[in-house]
Amino acid sequence: MAAVVTGIGVTAPNGVGIDEYWAATLAGRSGLGPITRFDPGRYRIQVGGEVTDRGDLRVPGRLAVQTDRWSHLGVIAAGLALADATVTPAFLPEYEMAVVTASSSGGTEFGQKEIEKLWSKGPQHVSAYQSIAWFYAATTGQLSIKHGMRGPSGVICSEQAGGLDSLAQARRLIRQGTRLVLGGGTDASLSPYGLVAQMSTGRLSERGEYRPFDPEASGYLPGEGGAIVVVEDLAEALSRGAVPYGVIAGHGATFDVAGREPGLRRAAELALADAGVPASTVDVVFADAVGLPAPDRVEADAIRALFGPHGVPVTAPKTMTGRMYGGGSSLDVVAALLAIRDGAVPPTVGTTTVVPDYELDLVLGQARRLPVRTALILARGWGGFNSALVLTATAANETGTE
Amino acid sequence: MTTITLDDLRRIMRESAGADESVDLDGDIAAVPFEDLGYDSLALLEMSAVVRQEFDVVVPDGALEHSKTPQDAVDLINQLVAAR
Repeated sequence: MAAVVTGIGVTAPNGVGIDEYWAATLAGRSGLGPITRFDPGRYRIQVGGEVTDRGDLRVPGRLAVQTDRWSHLGVIAAGLALADATVTPAFLPEYEMAVVTASSSGGTEFGQKEIEKLWSKGPQHVSAYQSIAWFYAATTGQLSIKHGMRGPSGVICSEQAGGLDSLAQARRLIRQGTRLVLGGGTDASLSPYGLVAQMSTGRLSERGEYRPFDPEASGYLPGEGGAIVVVEDLAEALSRGAVPYGVIAGHGATFDVAGREPGLRRAAELALADAGVPASTVDVVFADAVGLPAPDRVEADAIRALFGPHGVPVTAPKTMTGRMYGGGSSLDVVAALLAIRDGAVPPTVGTTTVVPDYELDLVLGQARRLPVRTALILARGWGGFNSALVLTATAANETGTE
Repeated sequence: MTTITLDDLRRIMRESAGADESVDLDGDIAAVPFEDLGYDSLALLEMSAVVRQEFDVVVPDGALEHSKTPQDAVDLINQLVAAR
């Protein structure tokens, strides 16, 4: 039994929908720019990745009022993913479908507006929907209601590691007999409160740059959005005529403890072992790429230990979107699946040179054409979470190089 | 004394809980149960809060249960306004 991705929905700062996102990403077009959702003038961080709303993709009226922007982006992504998978949930048994999203910050923008009403007008003016809109499980819950998916659902909160962890859980559910799982996730926290919360880690770039592995690395920039994917069993997917993007072949997760060796490398080793493939079969690594010297070195050391110096192409397309936390690692999974589909690895932008002793083969400047059958995705969540996911091609999607 | 009209209620419904594209709030909704219009208990709670702000009457908990209709709500609110 193999869990495969059969549908993809993207809401990213550099494109909504597979085609727009992937064209921009292969071309190295960034979605980062001045923050416009509020006036960031009084904050040290003023650049981020905002999703440009598409007029033809609207959140249904009630959900628009009753949920936060992060859920809006999740609802749109899920609709795109189901359409891409050519699945109509209404025709499937509701207890055989589940939703497992990753969420990092919950509904911060919605919550901020209601807290403002509380202090300025009083408790009677706080929306009843504050009770559900802020909650990190809100996107999972609203998707479950909207699409009639009442199987074993949940939410994963492990910051940037969450997207990978949600797909590990989706695979677990498929193995236990669930027919279809919506996985992945979104995050959106570009309100003053959300931005200040993100700044508290000290990891955001006050220079307004995001250049991981560069000698000038000064932190990362925040982004909003992410990706939702449809996960099914391979045999079931093929029997209904679906063409899978790839297999969720292996996963590993570890947790960092102060004073001990960072666990990122071990997470990758666990994922490769779980997939039953040696490191030598990995064609590309999608890096976590925090963009600060200390965590960049930890990641470079892990990659070099596994693959040798300059041993594997490495990339970080999140340099075009900013870090989107639960949504960010979900979007990396999509980029890896599309790299398998098209035999093309998107570039890392922003970074101009790589710290020499990292000994990384970072894909810089432009996309690199190469057959991709196996991809390793790395993600680290603030607070100590490490996660690694191995994706492999299926016989149905042998990579064609153009 | 300000009484509430069905049009006031339509506006409050739209502002407080939103409206799905499948429901025409401007149509003949007076006798359609809130449940069929897609308004659940949380939506009715939010509507009650807005009614309290605008019309200065407290709708008792549970008085607008989801089987009731917009006309029932208008009648109830106007009784509360009259009794104030």
